[in-house]
Amino acid sequence: MSRIKIRAQQADGITEVKALMRHPMETGMRKDQSGASIPAHFITEVAVFHGERTVMQGYWGAAVSANPFLGVRFKGGEAGDTVKVTWVDNQGGTGEGETTIR
Amino acid sequence: MIKKWAWLIGILAMPALSDDGIFDEYRDLMGDDNPAIFVIDEGEALWFEPQGPRSASLEGCDLGLGPGVTAGAYARFPRYFEDTDAVMDIESRLLYCMQQLQGRDRDALLAKPYSLRGDMGTELEALVTWLAAESEDAVIAPEQAHPSERAMYALGEEIFFYRAGPHDFSCATCHEQSGMRIRLQALPNLTNHDEAAEAFGSWPAYRISEGLVRTMGWRLQDCFRQQRWPGLKLGSEVSVALQTYMAVNAAGGVMTAPGLKR
Amino acid sequence: MKQTDLSGTSRRRFLGWTALLGAAVSLPARVWAWARPEAAFVATGIDAALAGLGGTPTVHDAIQFTTPDIAENGAVVPIRIEVDSAALPNVSKVSVLVEMNPNPMAAVFDIAPDTEVYIETRVKVAQTCNLYAVVEADGELYMQSRETKVTLGGCGG
Repeated sequence: MSRIKIRAQQADGITEVKALMRHPMETGMRKDQSGASIPAHFITEVAVFHGERTVMQGYWGAAVSANPFLGVRFKGGEAGDTVKVTWVDNQGGTGEGETTIR
Repeated sequence: MIKKWAWLIGILAMPALSDDGIFDEYRDLMGDDNPAIFVIDEGEALWFEPQGPRSASLEGCDLGLGPGVTAGAYARFPRYFEDTDAVMDIESRLLYCMQQLQGRDRDALLAKPYSLRGDMGTELEALVTWLAAESEDAVIAPEQAHPSERAMYALGEEIFFYRAGPHDFSCATCHEQSGMRIRLQALPNLTNHDEAAEAFGSWPAYRISEGLVRTMGWRLQDCFRQQRWPGLKLGSEVSVALQTYMAVNAAGGVMTAPGLKR
Repeated sequence: MKQTDLSGTSRRRFLGWTALLGAAVSLPARVWAWARPEAAFVATGIDAALAGLGGTPTVHDAIQFTTPDIAENGAVVPIRIEVDSAALPNVSKVSVLVEMNPNPMAAVFDIAPDTEVYIETRVKVAQTCNLYAVVEADGELYMQSRETKVTLGGCGG
Protein backbone atom coordinates (compact mmCIF):
# COMPACT_ATOMS: atom_id res chain seq x y z
CA MET A 1 0.00 0.00 0.00
CA SER A 2 1.36 3.31 -0.95
CA ARG A 3 2.55 5.32 1.99
CA ILE A 4 2.83 8.50 -0.08
CA LYS A 5 0.22 10.19 -2.23
CA ILE A 6 1.70 12.47 -4.85
CA ARG A 7 0.46 14.67 -7.60
CA ALA A 8 2.54 16.71 -10.01
CA GLN A 9 1.21 19.34 -12.36
CA GLN A 10 3.05 21.35 -14.96
CA ALA A 11 2.21 24.83 -16.27
CA ASP A 12 4.34 27.48 -17.98
CA GLY A 13 7.56 25.55 -17.47
CA ILE A 14 7.05 25.14 -13.71
CA THR A 15 6.11 21.82 -12.16
CA GLU A 16 4.32 21.81 -8.83
CA VAL A 17 4.58 18.68 -6.69
CA LYS A 18 2.33 18.03 -3.70
CA ALA A 19 2.89 14.99 -1.53
CA LEU A 20 1.14 13.63 1.54
CA MET A 21 2.91 11.00 3.62
CA ARG A 22 1.53 8.45 6.05
CA HIS A 23 3.57 8.89 9.23
CA PRO A 24 2.82 9.57 12.94
CA MET A 25 5.67 12.12 13.40
CA GLU A 26 5.88 11.27 17.11
CA THR A 27 7.94 13.80 19.07
CA GLY A 28 9.09 11.47 21.84
CA MET A 29 7.75 13.95 24.39
CA ARG A 30 4.26 12.49 24.73
CA LYS A 31 3.07 9.82 27.13
CA ASP A 32 0.49 7.12 26.54
CA GLN A 33 -2.45 6.47 28.87
CA SER A 34 -0.33 4.33 31.21
CA GLY A 35 2.17 7.17 31.57
CA ALA A 36 4.89 5.51 29.50
CA SER A 37 6.75 7.70 27.02
CA ILE A 38 5.86 7.20 23.38
CA PRO A 39 9.20 6.84 21.56
CA ALA A 40 10.18 9.48 19.04
CA HIS A 41 9.28 8.37 15.54
CA PHE A 42 9.57 10.91 12.79
CA ILE A 43 10.78 11.37 9.25
CA THR A 44 14.31 12.76 9.26
CA GLU A 45 14.99 13.00 5.53
CA VAL A 46 12.80 13.53 2.53
CA ALA A 47 13.66 14.04 -1.13
CA VAL A 48 11.91 14.91 -4.38
CA PHE A 49 13.21 13.62 -7.72
CA HIS A 50 12.35 14.60 -11.25
CA GLY A 51 13.52 11.66 -13.34
CA GLU A 52 17.19 11.23 -12.40
CA ARG A 53 17.49 14.72 -10.98
CA THR A 54 17.12 15.60 -7.29
CA VAL A 55 15.17 18.83 -7.08
CA MET A 56 14.95 19.07 -3.30
CA GLN A 57 16.14 17.20 -0.27
CA GLY A 58 14.94 18.06 3.18
CA TYR A 59 15.82 17.36 6.81
CA TRP A 60 12.96 17.25 9.25
CA GLY A 61 12.56 17.34 12.99
CA ALA A 62 9.59 16.03 14.97
CA ALA A 63 7.94 19.46 14.67
CA VAL A 64 6.70 18.64 11.18
CA SER A 65 3.01 17.69 11.54
CA ALA A 66 1.70 14.12 11.56
CA ASN A 67 0.92 12.74 8.10
CA PRO A 68 3.28 15.33 6.65
CA PHE A 69 2.50 17.47 3.65
CA LEU A 70 5.18 18.74 1.28
CA GLY A 71 4.78 21.06 -1.67
CA VAL A 72 7.65 22.07 -3.95
CA ARG A 73 8.04 23.67 -7.37
CA PHE A 74 10.80 23.16 -9.89
CA LYS A 75 11.67 24.40 -13.37
CA GLY A 76 11.26 22.05 -16.28
CA GLY A 77 9.29 18.86 -16.29
CA GLU A 78 7.04 17.70 -19.09
CA ALA A 79 3.72 15.91 -18.93
CA GLY A 80 4.46 12.21 -18.53
CA ASP A 81 7.79 12.68 -16.72
CA THR A 82 8.28 10.73 -13.50
CA VAL A 83 8.34 12.48 -10.13
CA LYS A 84 9.36 10.50 -7.08
CA VAL A 85 9.27 11.31 -3.36
CA THR A 86 11.17 9.26 -0.77
CA TRP A 87 11.61 9.46 2.98
CA VAL A 88 13.68 7.90 5.74
CA ASP A 89 12.73 8.02 9.44
CA ASN A 90 14.65 7.89 12.72
CA GLN A 91 13.74 4.23 13.25
CA GLY A 92 15.07 3.14 9.88
CA GLY A 93 11.69 3.08 8.15
CA THR A 94 11.46 4.26 4.57
CA GLY A 95 8.74 5.27 2.18
CA GLU A 96 8.58 5.95 -1.49
CA GLY A 97 6.00 6.98 -4.03
CA GLU A 98 5.95 8.21 -7.57
CA THR A 99 3.65 9.74 -10.11
CA THR A 100 3.78 11.20 -13.58
CA ILE A 101 3.48 14.90 -14.31
CA ARG A 102 0.12 15.98 -15.67
CA MET B 1 -8.96 2.48 -5.30
CA ILE B 2 -12.29 4.11 -5.82
CA LYS B 3 -11.39 7.42 -4.28
CA LYS B 4 -7.76 7.49 -5.15
CA TRP B 5 -7.87 11.07 -6.29
CA ALA B 6 -10.79 12.32 -4.32
CA TRP B 7 -8.41 14.09 -1.97
CA LEU B 8 -7.48 16.45 -4.76
CA ILE B 9 -10.90 18.00 -4.75
CA GLY B 10 -12.67 16.70 -1.68
CA ILE B 11 -11.84 19.45 0.76
CA LEU B 12 -12.75 22.23 -1.61
CA ALA B 13 -16.31 21.12 -1.02
CA MET B 14 -16.23 21.43 2.75
CA PRO B 15 -19.21 23.59 3.60
CA ALA B 16 -19.01 22.54 7.24
CA LEU B 17 -15.83 24.55 7.57
CA SER B 18 -16.60 27.55 5.44
CA ASP B 19 -18.46 29.73 7.90
CA ASP B 20 -15.70 30.39 10.42
CA GLY B 21 -14.43 33.61 8.88
CA ILE B 22 -11.35 34.05 11.02
CA PHE B 23 -10.05 30.66 9.97
CA ASP B 24 -10.50 31.19 6.23
CA GLU B 25 -6.85 32.03 5.75
CA TYR B 26 -5.81 28.95 7.71
CA ARG B 27 -8.08 26.73 5.68
CA ASP B 28 -6.94 28.25 2.40
CA LEU B 29 -3.39 27.42 3.33
CA MET B 30 -4.40 23.93 4.40
CA GLY B 31 -5.51 23.45 0.82
CA ASP B 32 -7.09 20.41 -0.59
CA ASP B 33 -5.69 17.28 0.90
CA ASN B 34 -6.97 15.03 3.63
CA PRO B 35 -4.93 12.23 5.21
CA ALA B 36 -8.13 10.17 5.35
CA ILE B 37 -7.17 8.99 1.85
CA PHE B 38 -4.71 6.62 3.50
CA VAL B 39 -7.37 5.29 5.84
CA ILE B 40 -9.73 4.68 2.92
CA ASP B 41 -7.10 2.51 1.24
CA GLU B 42 -6.43 0.68 4.49
CA GLY B 43 -10.13 0.01 5.01
CA GLU B 44 -10.56 -1.32 1.50
CA ALA B 45 -7.66 -3.72 1.99
CA LEU B 46 -9.12 -4.91 5.31
CA TRP B 47 -12.50 -5.66 3.74
CA PHE B 48 -10.90 -8.12 1.33
CA GLU B 49 -8.37 -9.56 3.78
CA PRO B 50 -9.10 -13.07 5.16
CA GLN B 51 -9.03 -12.83 8.97
CA GLY B 52 -10.13 -14.63 12.12
CA PRO B 53 -10.48 -18.34 12.94
CA ARG B 54 -12.41 -18.89 9.71
CA SER B 55 -9.86 -17.01 7.65
CA ALA B 56 -12.66 -15.24 5.85
CA SER B 57 -12.87 -11.78 4.32
CA LEU B 58 -15.83 -9.47 4.83
CA GLU B 59 -16.93 -9.79 1.22
CA GLY B 60 -19.96 -11.80 2.30
CA CYS B 61 -21.08 -9.12 4.77
CA ASP B 62 -24.60 -7.86 4.13
CA LEU B 63 -24.74 -4.15 4.89
CA GLY B 64 -28.38 -4.01 3.93
CA LEU B 65 -28.11 -3.95 0.16
CA GLY B 66 -27.14 -7.63 -0.16
CA PRO B 67 -23.97 -9.57 0.68
CA GLY B 68 -20.84 -7.75 -0.46
CA VAL B 69 -22.63 -4.64 -1.73
CA THR B 70 -20.69 -1.66 -0.40
CA ALA B 71 -21.53 1.15 -2.82
CA GLY B 72 -24.14 3.38 -1.24
CA ALA B 73 -24.62 1.14 1.79
CA TYR B 74 -23.33 3.62 4.38
CA ALA B 75 -25.89 6.26 3.40
CA ARG B 76 -28.78 3.90 4.29
CA PHE B 77 -27.76 3.36 7.93
CA PRO B 78 -28.99 2.96 10.62
CA ARG B 79 -31.38 0.24 9.45
CA TYR B 80 -33.24 -2.85 10.61
CA PHE B 81 -31.76 -6.29 9.94
CA GLU B 82 -33.88 -9.41 10.06
CA ASP B 83 -30.99 -11.68 10.96
CA THR B 84 -30.42 -9.83 14.23
CA ASP B 85 -33.96 -8.48 14.63
CA ALA B 86 -32.40 -5.14 15.51
CA VAL B 87 -31.77 -1.69 14.13
CA MET B 88 -28.01 -1.40 13.67
CA ASP B 89 -25.55 1.35 12.89
CA ILE B 90 -22.74 0.60 10.48
CA GLU B 91 -20.20 0.01 13.23
CA SER B 92 -22.24 -2.60 15.04
CA ARG B 93 -23.12 -4.23 11.70
CA LEU B 94 -19.44 -4.55 10.86
CA LEU B 95 -18.73 -6.09 14.26
CA TYR B 96 -21.57 -8.55 13.65
CA CYS B 97 -20.07 -9.54 10.27
CA MET B 98 -16.63 -9.97 11.82
CA GLN B 99 -18.11 -12.37 14.36
CA GLN B 100 -20.37 -14.26 11.97
CA LEU B 101 -18.14 -14.48 8.91
CA GLN B 102 -14.68 -14.42 10.41
CA GLY B 103 -15.47 -16.13 13.71
CA ARG B 104 -13.86 -13.39 15.73
CA ASP B 105 -14.43 -12.76 19.41
CA ARG B 106 -16.78 -9.88 20.23
CA ASP B 107 -14.99 -8.85 23.42
CA ALA B 108 -11.69 -8.72 21.59
CA LEU B 109 -13.23 -6.61 18.83
CA LEU B 110 -14.71 -4.24 21.39
CA ALA B 111 -11.51 -3.96 23.42
CA LYS B 112 -10.30 -0.98 21.38
CA PRO B 113 -12.65 0.01 18.60
CA TYR B 114 -11.35 3.59 18.40
CA SER B 115 -7.83 4.94 18.31
CA LEU B 116 -6.12 6.65 21.16
CA ARG B 117 -4.16 9.76 20.29
CA GLY B 118 -0.88 8.83 18.70
CA ASP B 119 -2.32 5.72 17.08
CA MET B 120 -2.59 5.44 13.32
CA GLY B 121 -6.16 4.14 13.27
CA THR B 122 -8.07 0.97 14.13
CA GLU B 123 -9.52 -1.69 11.87
CA LEU B 124 -13.07 -0.51 12.57
CA GLU B 125 -12.20 3.11 11.81
CA ALA B 126 -10.58 2.12 8.53
CA LEU B 127 -13.49 -0.05 7.42
CA VAL B 128 -16.07 2.60 8.30
CA THR B 129 -14.04 5.27 6.49
CA TRP B 130 -13.76 3.19 3.34
CA LEU B 131 -17.47 2.36 3.43
CA ALA B 132 -18.33 6.04 3.86
CA ALA B 133 -16.14 6.78 0.85
CA GLU B 134 -18.09 4.10 -1.00
CA SER B 135 -21.15 6.27 -0.37
CA GLU B 136 -19.58 9.54 -1.49
CA ASP B 137 -22.21 11.72 -3.20
CA ALA B 138 -24.91 9.24 -2.20
CA VAL B 139 -28.13 10.70 -0.84
CA ILE B 140 -28.54 10.17 2.90
CA ALA B 141 -31.55 7.87 3.07
CA PRO B 142 -31.86 5.91 6.33
CA GLU B 143 -34.56 3.27 6.28
CA GLN B 144 -37.75 4.18 8.18
CA ALA B 145 -40.15 1.55 6.84
CA HIS B 146 -39.88 -0.95 9.69
CA PRO B 147 -41.62 -0.13 12.98
CA SER B 148 -38.36 -0.71 14.85
CA GLU B 149 -36.67 1.93 12.72
CA ARG B 150 -39.39 4.46 13.47
CA ALA B 151 -39.24 3.56 17.15
CA MET B 152 -35.47 4.16 17.05
CA TYR B 153 -36.00 7.63 15.65
CA ALA B 154 -38.53 8.43 18.38
CA LEU B 155 -36.14 7.19 21.05
CA GLY B 156 -33.31 9.19 19.52
CA GLU B 157 -35.38 12.35 19.55
CA GLU B 158 -36.26 11.80 23.20
CA ILE B 159 -32.62 11.27 24.18
CA PHE B 160 -31.51 14.28 22.13
CA PHE B 161 -33.60 16.59 24.31
CA TYR B 162 -33.12 14.69 27.59
CA ARG B 163 -31.22 16.69 30.17
CA ALA B 164 -29.04 14.74 32.57
CA GLY B 165 -25.66 14.49 34.22
CA PRO B 166 -23.86 16.82 36.64
CA HIS B 167 -24.10 19.73 34.17
CA ASP B 168 -27.79 19.10 33.40
CA PHE B 169 -26.85 18.92 29.72
CA SER B 170 -28.66 17.49 26.75
CA CYS B 171 -27.48 17.05 23.18
CA ALA B 172 -29.87 19.88 22.39
CA THR B 173 -28.04 22.23 24.76
CA CYS B 174 -25.33 22.58 22.11
CA HIS B 175 -27.15 21.44 18.98
CA GLU B 176 -30.64 22.88 18.68
CA GLN B 177 -29.84 26.47 17.76
CA SER B 178 -28.15 27.84 14.66
CA GLY B 179 -25.21 30.22 14.66
CA MET B 180 -23.85 29.16 18.04
CA ARG B 181 -20.25 28.49 18.89
CA ILE B 182 -18.22 26.90 21.65
CA ARG B 183 -15.08 28.97 21.94
CA LEU B 184 -14.31 29.51 18.23
CA GLN B 185 -16.00 26.35 17.03
CA ALA B 186 -19.27 26.55 15.11
CA LEU B 187 -21.91 24.15 16.42
CA PRO B 188 -24.33 22.56 13.96
CA ASN B 189 -28.03 22.75 14.71
CA LEU B 190 -28.99 19.09 14.35
CA THR B 191 -32.70 19.84 14.40
CA ASN B 192 -32.27 21.81 11.16
CA HIS B 193 -32.26 19.71 7.99
CA ASP B 194 -29.46 21.48 6.13
CA GLU B 195 -27.16 21.65 9.12
CA ALA B 196 -27.88 18.05 10.11
CA ALA B 197 -27.14 16.94 6.55
CA GLU B 198 -23.87 18.83 6.49
CA ALA B 199 -22.83 17.45 9.88
CA PHE B 200 -23.99 13.86 9.45
CA GLY B 201 -22.72 13.65 5.87
CA SER B 202 -19.20 14.76 6.76
CA TRP B 203 -18.48 11.99 9.29
CA PRO B 204 -16.30 9.98 9.49
CA ALA B 205 -13.79 12.79 9.37
CA TYR B 206 -10.08 13.36 9.69
CA ARG B 207 -9.65 15.27 12.92
CA ILE B 208 -6.64 17.51 12.45
CA SER B 209 -6.16 18.04 16.18
CA GLU B 210 -5.80 14.32 16.74
CA GLY B 211 -4.16 13.28 13.49
CA LEU B 212 -6.83 10.58 13.18
CA VAL B 213 -9.98 9.69 11.34
CA ARG B 214 -12.90 9.62 13.76
CA THR B 215 -16.26 7.95 13.18
CA MET B 216 -19.76 9.06 14.11
CA GLY B 217 -19.77 6.39 16.83
CA TRP B 218 -16.69 7.98 18.35
CA ARG B 219 -18.15 11.47 17.93
CA LEU B 220 -21.18 10.49 20.00
CA GLN B 221 -19.04 8.87 22.68
CA ASP B 222 -17.03 12.07 22.93
CA CYS B 223 -20.19 14.18 23.17
CA PHE B 224 -21.29 12.01 26.07
CA ARG B 225 -17.92 12.46 27.74
CA GLN B 226 -18.12 16.22 27.24
CA GLN B 227 -21.60 16.27 28.76
CA ARG B 228 -20.20 14.28 31.70
CA TRP B 229 -22.72 11.55 30.97
CA PRO B 230 -22.01 7.85 31.54
CA GLY B 231 -19.92 6.29 28.78
CA LEU B 232 -21.83 5.50 25.60
CA LYS B 233 -21.43 1.93 24.40
CA LEU B 234 -20.67 1.29 20.75
CA GLY B 235 -23.72 -0.13 19.00
CA SER B 236 -25.93 0.33 22.06
CA GLU B 237 -29.58 1.23 21.66
CA VAL B 238 -28.88 4.81 22.77
CA SER B 239 -26.06 5.21 20.26
CA VAL B 240 -28.09 3.74 17.39
CA ALA B 241 -31.11 5.85 18.39
CA LEU B 242 -29.13 9.10 18.30
CA GLN B 243 -27.59 8.18 14.96
CA THR B 244 -31.05 7.39 13.61
CA TYR B 245 -32.33 10.75 14.83
CA MET B 246 -29.48 12.57 13.10
CA ALA B 247 -29.63 10.50 9.92
CA VAL B 248 -33.37 11.01 9.48
CA ASN B 249 -33.01 14.75 10.11
CA ALA B 250 -30.25 14.71 7.49
CA ALA B 251 -32.20 12.62 4.98
CA GLY B 252 -32.03 14.00 1.46
CA GLY B 253 -28.60 15.51 2.08
CA VAL B 254 -25.49 14.20 0.41
CA MET B 255 -22.62 12.18 1.84
CA THR B 256 -19.34 14.12 1.63
CA ALA B 257 -17.32 12.01 4.08
CA PRO B 258 -14.57 11.60 4.94
CA GLY B 259 -14.63 15.21 6.04
CA LEU B 260 -11.87 17.33 7.52
CA LYS B 261 -12.38 18.79 10.98
CA ARG B 262 -10.44 20.97 13.32
CA MET C 1 1.61 -2.31 6.91
CA LYS C 2 4.46 -3.20 4.65
CA GLN C 3 7.11 -0.58 4.30
CA THR C 4 8.61 0.14 0.94
CA ASP C 5 12.35 -0.26 0.57
CA LEU C 6 14.24 2.35 -1.30
CA SER C 7 14.78 0.72 -4.65
CA GLY C 8 18.01 0.52 -6.57
CA THR C 9 16.73 3.25 -8.82
CA SER C 10 16.23 5.71 -6.03
CA ARG C 11 19.58 4.77 -4.56
CA ARG C 12 21.19 5.81 -7.81
CA ARG C 13 19.30 9.04 -7.60
CA PHE C 14 20.53 9.66 -4.09
CA LEU C 15 24.00 9.00 -5.40
CA GLY C 16 23.40 11.45 -8.20
CA TRP C 17 22.75 14.14 -5.66
CA THR C 18 25.72 13.04 -3.65
CA ALA C 19 28.02 13.31 -6.62
CA LEU C 20 26.75 16.82 -7.27
CA LEU C 21 27.84 17.89 -3.82
CA GLY C 22 31.05 15.93 -3.83
CA ALA C 23 30.30 13.21 -1.27
CA ALA C 24 30.17 9.49 -2.02
CA VAL C 25 28.34 7.08 0.25
CA SER C 26 26.32 4.13 -0.97
CA LEU C 27 23.39 3.91 1.47
CA PRO C 28 20.68 6.56 1.40
CA ALA C 29 20.65 6.94 5.17
CA ARG C 30 24.36 7.64 5.21
CA VAL C 31 24.17 9.88 2.20
CA TRP C 32 21.82 12.07 4.15
CA ALA C 33 23.76 12.08 7.38
CA TRP C 34 26.45 14.50 6.31
CA ALA C 35 24.13 17.36 5.47
CA ARG C 36 21.65 17.35 8.37
CA PRO C 37 22.34 20.41 10.54
CA GLU C 38 22.08 18.42 13.75
CA ALA C 39 23.28 21.25 15.98
CA ALA C 40 20.34 23.34 14.82
CA PHE C 41 17.85 20.50 15.31
CA VAL C 42 18.90 19.68 18.89
CA ALA C 43 19.10 23.34 19.98
CA THR C 44 16.50 24.25 22.61
CA GLY C 45 16.35 28.00 21.98
CA ILE C 46 15.87 30.11 18.88
CA ASP C 47 19.29 31.78 19.09
CA ALA C 48 21.10 28.46 19.42
CA ALA C 49 19.05 27.03 16.56
CA LEU C 50 19.98 29.97 14.32
CA ALA C 51 23.60 29.60 15.39
CA GLY C 52 23.36 25.96 14.32
CA LEU C 53 22.39 27.18 10.86
CA GLY C 54 25.44 29.40 10.75
CA GLY C 55 24.67 32.73 12.39
CA THR C 56 22.23 35.59 12.67
CA PRO C 57 20.15 36.19 9.54
CA THR C 58 19.25 39.64 8.23
CA VAL C 59 15.71 40.43 7.13
CA HIS C 60 15.25 40.29 3.35
CA ASP C 61 12.10 41.35 1.50
CA ALA C 62 12.62 38.86 -1.34
CA ILE C 63 11.48 36.15 1.05
CA GLN C 64 7.73 35.76 1.04
CA PHE C 65 6.72 33.86 4.16
CA THR C 66 3.05 32.92 4.48
CA THR C 67 1.57 31.57 7.70
CA PRO C 68 -1.94 31.97 9.07
CA ASP C 69 -2.40 34.86 11.54
CA ILE C 70 -4.44 32.49 13.64
CA ALA C 71 -4.39 28.70 13.48
CA GLU C 72 -7.30 26.55 14.46
CA ASN C 73 -4.93 23.90 15.53
CA GLY C 74 -1.35 24.17 16.66
CA ALA C 75 -0.69 20.57 15.67
CA VAL C 76 -1.02 21.49 12.02
CA VAL C 77 0.05 24.97 10.95
CA PRO C 78 0.43 25.33 7.18
CA ILE C 79 3.34 27.45 6.01
CA ARG C 80 4.66 28.55 2.62
CA ILE C 81 8.03 30.03 1.73
CA GLU C 82 8.75 31.61 -1.65
CA VAL C 83 11.83 33.52 -2.70
CA ASP C 84 11.98 35.95 -5.61
CA SER C 85 15.18 34.69 -7.21
CA ALA C 86 15.65 37.88 -9.20
CA ALA C 87 15.91 39.85 -5.97
CA LEU C 88 17.76 37.15 -4.04
CA PRO C 89 19.57 34.68 -6.32
CA ASN C 90 21.48 31.48 -5.52
CA VAL C 91 19.33 30.30 -2.63
CA SER C 92 20.62 26.86 -1.62
CA LYS C 93 18.76 26.24 1.67
CA VAL C 94 15.39 27.09 3.18
CA SER C 95 14.65 26.51 6.88
CA VAL C 96 11.60 26.82 9.09
CA LEU C 97 11.85 27.56 12.80
CA VAL C 98 9.19 27.88 15.49
CA GLU C 99 10.43 30.14 18.26
CA MET C 100 8.69 28.63 21.30
CA ASN C 101 8.82 24.95 20.39
CA PRO C 102 11.01 22.73 22.63
CA ASN C 103 13.31 22.43 19.62
CA PRO C 104 12.70 25.49 17.42
CA MET C 105 14.27 23.96 14.30
CA ALA C 106 11.47 22.29 12.36
CA ALA C 107 12.71 21.63 8.83
CA VAL C 108 15.57 22.41 6.45
CA PHE C 109 15.35 22.04 2.69
CA ASP C 110 18.30 21.88 0.29
CA ILE C 111 17.21 23.43 -2.98
CA ALA C 112 18.79 22.24 -6.22
CA PRO C 113 20.45 24.95 -8.32
CA ASP C 114 18.44 26.50 -11.14
CA THR C 115 15.04 25.66 -9.77
CA GLU C 116 12.20 27.36 -7.94
CA VAL C 117 12.54 28.36 -4.31
CA TYR C 118 9.09 27.35 -3.17
CA ILE C 119 8.28 25.16 -0.16
CA GLU C 120 4.98 24.31 1.47
CA THR C 121 4.66 22.17 4.56
CA ARG C 122 2.88 21.98 7.93
CA VAL C 123 4.45 22.28 11.33
CA LYS C 124 3.50 21.92 14.97
CA VAL C 125 3.37 25.20 16.89
CA ALA C 126 3.27 24.60 20.64
CA GLN C 127 1.97 28.08 21.51
CA THR C 128 1.43 31.50 20.00
CA CYS C 129 4.83 32.71 18.83
CA ASN C 130 7.00 33.85 15.92
CA LEU C 131 7.81 31.55 13.05
CA TYR C 132 10.99 32.14 11.04
CA ALA C 133 11.77 31.43 7.43
CA VAL C 134 15.54 31.46 6.99
CA VAL C 135 17.25 31.12 3.64
CA GLU C 136 20.89 30.74 2.73
CA ALA C 137 22.19 32.35 -0.46
CA ASP C 138 25.87 32.59 -1.39
CA GLY C 139 26.78 31.64 2.17
CA GLU C 140 24.75 34.44 3.77
CA LEU C 141 21.61 33.98 5.91
CA TYR C 142 18.42 35.98 5.37
CA MET C 143 15.03 35.74 7.00
CA GLN C 144 11.43 36.78 7.43
CA SER C 145 9.36 36.17 10.56
CA ARG C 146 5.64 36.01 11.21
CA GLU C 147 3.56 35.58 14.33
CA THR C 148 0.95 32.83 14.39
CA LYS C 149 -1.64 32.69 17.15
CA VAL C 150 -2.69 29.25 18.27
CA THR C 151 -6.22 28.87 19.61
CA LEU C 152 -7.75 26.43 22.02
CA GLY C 153 -10.43 24.44 20.33
CA GLY C 154 -13.93 23.70 21.49
CA CYS C 155 -15.42 20.25 21.13
CA GLY C 156 -15.53 20.75 17.39
CA GLY C 157 -17.97 19.01 15.16
